[in-house]
Amino acid sequence: MNDIKFLTKNFGKYDTNSIGSYMNIGGFEALRKAVNMDPKEITDLIASVKIKGRGGAEYDLGRKWSQAREVKGENKIIICNADEGETTTFKDRVLLKNDPFNLIEAMIIAGYVVGATEGFIYMRAEYFCYRATILAAIRQAKNYGFLGTNILGKGFDFNIKLYSGAGAYVCGEGTALIRSIEGKAGRPRMKPPFIKQSGAFSRPTCLNNVESLSIVPHLLLDTESVYASCGTENSVGTKLVSVAGNVNCPGTFEIPFGTPVREIIYNLAGGVQKDRKIRLIQFGGASGKVADDSILDTPYTYEDLRAAGVMVGSGGILVIDERTSVLDFLRMNQEFFSEESCGQCTPCREGNLHIKIILDKMAEGTATKVDIRLMKKIAKVMSMSSLCGLGETAQNTLLSAMQIFPEVFEAGGAK
Amino acid sequence: MSETMSNEMVHLTINNIPVEVPKGTKILQAAQRIGIDIPHLCYHEDQRIKAHCRLCSVEVKGKRRLLAACSTEVWEGMEVLTDTPIVRDTQVAILQLMLANHNKDCLSCPRNQNCDLQRLCSRFNILESHLPSVVKMEPRISTNPSIVRDPSKCIRCGRCVRACKDVQGISALTYAYRSSDITVTTAYNKPMEATDCILCGQCSLVCPTGAIVEKDDTDAVLDALQDPSKHVIVQVAPAVRVALGDAFGMEPGEIVTGQMVTALKLLGFDKVFDTNFGADLTIMEEGSEFLHRLKNGGVLPMITSCSPGWVNYLEKNFSDFSKHLSTAKSPMSMFGAIAKTYYPEKAGVDVKDVVTVSIMPCTAKKFEASRPEMGRNGMRDVDIVLTTRELIKLIKYVGISFQNLPESDFDSPLGTGSGAGAIFGATGGVMEAALRTVYEKFTGKTLPRLEFEDVRGFQGIKEAEVDLGERKVKVAIAHTLKNARIIMEQVKKGQSPYDFIEIMACPGGCIGGGGQPIGTTNAIRKKRMEALYRIDRELPLRKSHENPEIITLYKEFLGEPLSEKAHELLHTHYHKVDPPYCFEGA
Repeated sequence: MNDIKFLTKNFGKYDTNSIGSYMNIGGFEALRKAVNMDPKEITDLIASVKIKGRGGAEYDLGRKWSQAREVKGENKIIICNADEGETTTFKDRVLLKNDPFNLIEAMIIAGYVVGATEGFIYMRAEYFCYRATILAAIRQAKNYGFLGTNILGKGFDFNIKLYSGAGAYVCGEGTALIRSIEGKAGRPRMKPPFIKQSGAFSRPTCLNNVESLSIVPHLLLDTESVYASCGTENSVGTKLVSVAGNVNCPGTFEIPFGTPVREIIYNLAGGVQKDRKIRLIQFGGASGKVADDSILDTPYTYEDLRAAGVMVGSGGILVIDERTSVLDFLRMNQEFFSEESCGQCTPCREGNLHIKIILDKMAEGTATKVDIRLMKKIAKVMSMSSLCGLGETAQNTLLSAMQIFPEVFEAGGAK
Repeated sequence: MSETMSNEMVHLTINNIPVEVPKGTKILQAAQRIGIDIPHLCYHEDQRIKAHCRLCSVEVKGKRRLLAACSTEVWEGMEVLTDTPIVRDTQVAILQLMLANHNKDCLSCPRNQNCDLQRLCSRFNILESHLPSVVKMEPRISTNPSIVRDPSKCIRCGRCVRACKDVQGISALTYAYRSSDITVTTAYNKPMEATDCILCGQCSLVCPTGAIVEKDDTDAVLDALQDPSKHVIVQVAPAVRVALGDAFGMEPGEIVTGQMVTALKLLGFDKVFDTNFGADLTIMEEGSEFLHRLKNGGVLPMITSCSPGWVNYLEKNFSDFSKHLSTAKSPMSMFGAIAKTYYPEKAGVDVKDVVTVSIMPCTAKKFEASRPEMGRNGMRDVDIVLTTRELIKLIKYVGISFQNLPESDFDSPLGTGSGAGAIFGATGGVMEAALRTVYEKFTGKTLPRLEFEDVRGFQGIKEAEVDLGERKVKVAIAHTLKNARIIMEQVKKGQSPYDFIEIMACPGGCIGGGGQPIGTTNAIRKKRMEALYRIDRELPLRKSHENPEIITLYKEFLGEPLSEKAHELLHTHYHKVDPPYCFEGA
């Protein structure tokens, strides 16, 4: 069952610096097929396998594309969100590195479906080592007529630009990412206007994660419906998970949905180092939720994880063994958000600061019951009222830890 | 800001009360319809919505999270709850979070009892907070004569940032850093005057707290008034008399000239004079200058120079085109020059004992008065400039019950102003005043109708054509520097179709100046404009060149407009200012 390769099937099969090599393994066949299909057929196909946005927001991809197509406006934009700022998450990186042409092909297909004329790949600053390869891929695709005007003689025009961020986590948030592309400081803005109506440069914009996009060319060529046969009713297909932390073989793995968490951690990732006990597992990066080892037998699906109190999110899985206390882990996680909040909205800016102060007091043993109550309240206010997804989810980890490890917070949380 | 409001009506309930509002209305305004004021801080009715402070978060049935009332449009069947435990908790928590990062020296704050944050904390009965103070105490930044910043009071609402960017197109103030380090500051943390800032003070007008305020010079005035050896005279700008009442519970746009003069006399000023007189003098000089340029092929378009924010803007951005600027000083500075030359002779006082105070709707006037060009022999023409806000403080300080004051008249000989001088305070007013005089001087005929309707109103850029018989004159009027830039880009390209241009830095002109009462909005600006035109309409004297005190001044002292003496006292020159720019000794 673990041998299913879908997203990763091109890995190592071609020279990522050569479009010819990519075409030799069937590259751009999906695009050729797509441009002979009605865009609606494509969105229906995507909708039929229920692909949820793989960046973490879990928005239905088929619906996103058909909405983007319906939006009225000229010069629509496709953005590939390759910011991948979520901690413990490095599955987009694997796609960028091993299969850049597939991503470019996917973006052109998206452009065709949505009716866009321009695409941006917004890649996080730390992935600068892939810039040359991706730029070369764009250039070659252009030389071969897959980008530019009148693509494949079908009368549609599309170009792709690569844009590197400056390293802010918040630039993974759609509106902040767009401001960054526009050359402004990467700070989120309120919605509406929604990105699909008024995104980059005030043009209708369809923003997709690297993994979500990368599925599409494979899906179009999947005549045997292999993809649809994987997973469960509500979590169809495969998923890239990136496992990190105190495991023997951290890495990115393609799994069919439904694979038990235990199998991911103990088989694919080689188990916990020195067979130590698991303290906690964080799903979906810093903005994700935590569980204890009782989650090991839960199948990795959107619905099962949610029922178990966590989320798929970005696809990151962080395993923390018994050497690290829950509190120290939370402090580390909080350190991240105290640094990465953009600072515009009050709950997130001030809330992250105060939660950090209270967690530090807990570590010192000086936190009171009032502090703990206050911390919980601030965390809730943040999640209920912050401007963007960062503030909304920043305290997911803390709030879930408070539920699963209540003993840590008893008696004022003194050690 | 009302965007596209349609005629289509939307039905919703707020706290179970049915409400019907036009499609496009936001929850905040819909709630106001039924008398509910949802708390808000970053929201400002004249600004683009920011939705940063999150204080207006409300519950909407069916939504997992709270929604910001300022930015969320209502929809059919929406059920809004503004008063549930989670909403209350959120509002209180947000206020407490703000307070923990705010310098709470309210009792010694310039905005004490006039602070949005203070008002909301009082409303929500914020008595104690368990949050530790995290405010970074930094010294107040007072490096220029106009604006003082106190970052420890800043709640990062972004109103000043928006005013500077969207109203003025300058962006001298902006956000820097991120997370809890986020700060509203200038580029490279330079002093404001060393940036593109032109000291207009629009930021201070929209700041909800005491983070940006005018430089307070009330003590200097009180000291002068207490000094028996000093002869302290005051002039009051036209825009002050239609704004001052706001602070004393009167309707916006109420004309309080008479009470204001009485209050100034009660404060102990030896003479209370009118800047409208100075405005009439400006028209005599500026109008003559324009006629001279027109007849002798001088540099056109000629542009007005009475707005100090605008003059600063030109000097910092378009100094190569300063020949277009009228050399005439502003009404305040002309008044000052006369007050330190003609007046002491006439009144029989020693010029060394004369202290000239001016009450202005403007923060940039404080800078203008400090220019070395605006004085002679090491003496300033205008010694102290107070904003309308500072006058309000003085009136309250002395304990004057303003509402109940009887009316009095300005003193002579610098206290008579025409209706033309009065309308200087509104965008288009200087142009109209000038046209009344220019027309009659150029044609030798009496104007059939004094009102130039085309130059009136709140529109950003207005144009008109005036037939002077021999020649048609094309004029334009712009207010806010965003619009000034449009006008100047034309001039720069040599494509300006105009002969005469009026530019005011602040929205609406001086009536919307950065020194006006806190709470000034565009709606209020419009009422003040109407009031100024009402003053003009009701005055028998409506043309500057018919002002008897002006006629006497020329006869006794100046000779003719543009005479050598007039040039020496009433005209100035401009500089090229390259930021960084620092005031010596300031």
